[in-house]
Amino acid sequence: MGEQENNKIGGGNNASMAVDEAASAKGKSLGAADPRLQGISDAIRVVPHFPKPGIMFNDITELLLRPGVFKDAVDMFVERYRGMGIAAVAGIEARGFIFGPAIALAIGAKFIPLRKPKKLPGEVFSESYVLEYGMDCLEMHVGAIEPGEHVVVVDDLVATGGTLSAAIRLLG
Amino acid sequence: MLFLHCQQPRVPSASAPPFRPRVVSVAAPLSVRVTGGRRGRAVVAMASADARLAGIASSIRVIPDFPKPGIMFQDITTLLLDPKAFRDTIDLFVERYKDQGITVVAGVEARGFIFGPPIALAIGAKFVPLRKPKKLPGEVISEEYSLEYGTDKIEMHVGAVQANDRALVVDDLIATGGTLCAAVKLIERVGAKVVECACVIELPELKGRDKLGDRPVFVLVEADA
Repeated sequence: MGEQENNKIGGGNNASMAVDEAASAKGKSLGAADPRLQGISDAIRVVPHFPKPGIMFNDITELLLRPGVFKDAVDMFVERYRGMGIAAVAGIEARGFIFGPAIALAIGAKFIPLRKPKKLPGEVFSESYVLEYGMDCLEMHVGAIEPGEHVVVVDDLVATGGTLSAAIRLLG
Repeated sequence: MLFLHCQQPRVPSASAPPFRPRVVSVAAPLSVRVTGGRRGRAVVAMASADARLAGIASSIRVIPDFPKPGIMFQDITTLLLDPKAFRDTIDLFVERYKDQGITVVAGVEARGFIFGPPIALAIGAKFVPLRKPKKLPGEVISEEYSLEYGTDKIEMHVGAVQANDRALVVDDLIATGGTLCAAVKLIERVGAKVVECACVIELPELKGRDKLGDRPVFVLVEADA
């Protein structure tokens, strides 16, 4: 997922200031009343200078190593989307594949993988989007959704929104 | 303890479309003591697994000549579009592994990421993604493996799996076994035990089990390569 390439935190060259800002930004959980959010936030590891200098990478793999926290994250999405008549959950390759299917299973929806080019066999729709340098492309199977169906799109992180916008255009 | 593992007869029905995967295993738990009153329940469990496996097998789509001529591609995306088939797939794995003390489920990128996490969540295990090179940030260990032309590599985070972990390795399909073998080696390298490899589909003609030696492999359906 190319989104984090554009996620530069902090205005200057002070690496420790950038880390502090990242930590406090992470700590501002939305809807702070839900006690599960603190555990989820604490389980996200920030790795500086990945994939390149200046980028603070938000790594969810530590969350996946804490079964109770992973379950809480999925449960919070399921509680939100259950009973809304969601026909499909579309997950963006690859980290959207980790969260999306569990949500789909819990709410009885289809799971639709949105993939990098040439991974899906058979007939596909394709949508290009802009990266910091160059372009990338997202694909979806023809026939995965029907007109009028309600869909939730899932990924681990939204940064500039480029990938998510491409996903929404694919589904539309 | 009696190990119960039955084979379905592999006779395609007259009405089945061509090239469908065949139901192969009745997903009994790893071991079950069949005594007295439990016998009836074991038989009922197997009959129910039978019905679910037929639905799973028929939900898998085969695409000829993908990614190149001569390959019959087993496409699980149609299974994912069938909520009951997807639910049944996960349930069959969860029923098998929930009492086996599995502490970590490792999923091979990318389709292993679809099946692994729901199993992990249901059995209370960690989920560890095994990824293509340069995707995981921080310190990793890697294992190289052969492709038809050239090599590839998968990586795992240092510290994700510990020596006392009991691991399940999950992918959508086992073909030659190259990727799974690399995955197993990564986990064994840190001293953990691979309890089993679990896949939805096996292509037995490609002899993936040979590559995995005496490490157990469990699959739901078999298909022609």
